Amino acid sequence: MTSYALKMPGRRLVIGIPFTWLVLFFLLPFLILLYISFVDMGNDISPFKPIWDSNTGLLKLKYENYLSIFRSADGGGLFKTIYIEAYLRSIWYALCTAVLCLLMGYPFSYFIARSRASVRPALLMMVMLPFWTSFLLRVYAWKGILADQGVINQVLMALGFIDEPILMLYTDVSMLVGMTYVYLPFMILPLYANLVKMDFRLLEAAYDLGASPFKAFWLVTVPLSKAGIIAGFMLVFIPSVGEFVIPSLLGGPENIMIGRVVWDEMFTSNNWPRASALAVVMIGLIVIPLALYYYYTGDPAEKKI
Amino acid sequence: MKNWLSRYVSTAWMTGVFLFLYMPLLFMVVFSFNSTRQDAVFTGFSLRWYEALTRDTKIVEGFWLSLQVATAAGVASAVLATFAAFVLVRYRRFPGRTLFSGMVNAPLVMPEVVIGLSLLLLMVGVQNAFGWPQRGMLTIVLGHTLLGMAYGMVVIQSRLLEVDRAIEEAAMDLGARPIQVFFLVTMPHIMPAILAAYLLAFTLSFDDVVISEFLSGPGVNTLPQVIFGYARRGINPTIYAAATLLIVSVTLVVIFYSVWVSRQTRRRERDIAAATQTEIAALQPK
Repeated sequence: MTSYALKMPGRRLVIGIPFTWLVLFFLLPFLILLYISFVDMGNDISPFKPIWDSNTGLLKLKYENYLSIFRSADGGGLFKTIYIEAYLRSIWYALCTAVLCLLMGYPFSYFIARSRASVRPALLMMVMLPFWTSFLLRVYAWKGILADQGVINQVLMALGFIDEPILMLYTDVSMLVGMTYVYLPFMILPLYANLVKMDFRLLEAAYDLGASPFKAFWLVTVPLSKAGIIAGFMLVFIPSVGEFVIPSLLGGPENIMIGRVVWDEMFTSNNWPRASALAVVMIGLIVIPLALYYYYTGDPAEKKI
Repeated sequence: MKNWLSRYVSTAWMTGVFLFLYMPLLFMVVFSFNSTRQDAVFTGFSLRWYEALTRDTKIVEGFWLSLQVATAAGVASAVLATFAAFVLVRYRRFPGRTLFSGMVNAPLVMPEVVIGLSLLLLMVGVQNAFGWPQRGMLTIVLGHTLLGMAYGMVVIQSRLLEVDRAIEEAAMDLGARPIQVFFLVTMPHIMPAILAAYLLAFTLSFDDVVISEFLSGPGVNTLPQVIFGYARRGINPTIYAAATLLIVSVTLVVIFYSVWVSRQTRRRERDIAAATQTEIAALQPK
């Protein structure tokens, strides 16, 4: 059965409109980013300079923009730059966030999937609702909750558990609380979508064959939900790496992530080529886990959702 | 016994996670009515922060700008997402399809910092060459549309895949032109998804800080940018008041939308049932 779409008179136009738009505002900016990352800005104000020699016409790329990310200028060792530190820290936080979201979200999704079918939509709606309210404001609220004089410390002190406030804000604690909080729904939804389709009779079969509940869970449920775990992990990990707002609000100077470094390089140091190079490397960081993800699950664009 | 225990654990876990998800919202709503700047102790009920909110010109101006930006970005995203979803679902083969599908989906996984930076470079380049456009509302709308389109496309695509092509075929057989088929058959079917895409793009835009920070010019600040600026300086209950108003309006919109969708679904089911009844009646021997 052929679609009527193929007989559409303005077929070229129908494809052309979104295509042109994406080429202009997605592909072209990316190519410019790539271009600028090889520019030798020197002492100029504008980074829009040719990257070829005006006499010979040969390409003259400034690899220094990339090299300086990996090798410190003042004779320090390889990989011992603030950029590499920021990349590693970003990956570390993203990994921790994904693990925390999984630990918290897996049982949660499992319980929702096993609850009565009539209450499931309402429970899912309740997961989604905070997601629709401002992300910025929800992160900001944690500032008041975790502060030295904040709700948690005040309550703990009033109850007599502690005498002095625990330092939570502007540390790893506040960073991970904030990031787990924001990205938890991204873990819950794919896990739920996977677990709800699971045939729970397989678990009963495992019980009948003498498996303990733990063993049945570990050998039946977990392997069956592998696709959901991988999807959730990726959906949390990928945006976490580039997180910009949470470290700005909940992190201290120790918790700077790569997104912030790109920003500072751009607007504080005014080193546009290096900011571009940092961004290109950042894309590389995202593409590797993404390629693994596609390898395991197949191209989502081709999949019928 | 065991059953009782597992139910207990599951209720406790779910309650815990929901508490975690809703605590910040609850916190902001409660403390927006606090009478002092205190953050942990509720010292008394007052509306002073709401009053402060209405007097804060930066917030009020930011709100109007954000509303305009989000409306424009929402409409543009919904239209472009409809095009993109239609192309991806209905044209299985055309030159550059892989590139197209990659470009549509890429903003979903691109860090916002990278999107913001690369669009800024484009804008500066274009501005250097043509002296236009100035960084401001237009450039922010462009950035938000790129993001909103990607998310909207996913929503519309999944709905478009469910449309029964036989109905479209029937319309063609009855003499409808392709354009008519789209507007009279396909579009009404995917309308809830288009609306959802609009709402999603609107929300994304209304909430975005990073892309706006890159693409806005001097003196042009969206509401999230204003709040971000305040938030980095410290605790300010005026923001809690703004958050409370936002939470209330979002909840209302979500409720209205779900009521609308379920009513639409029920009406369609009723229509189908009625049509089937008529069909059966017509087939009965007189």
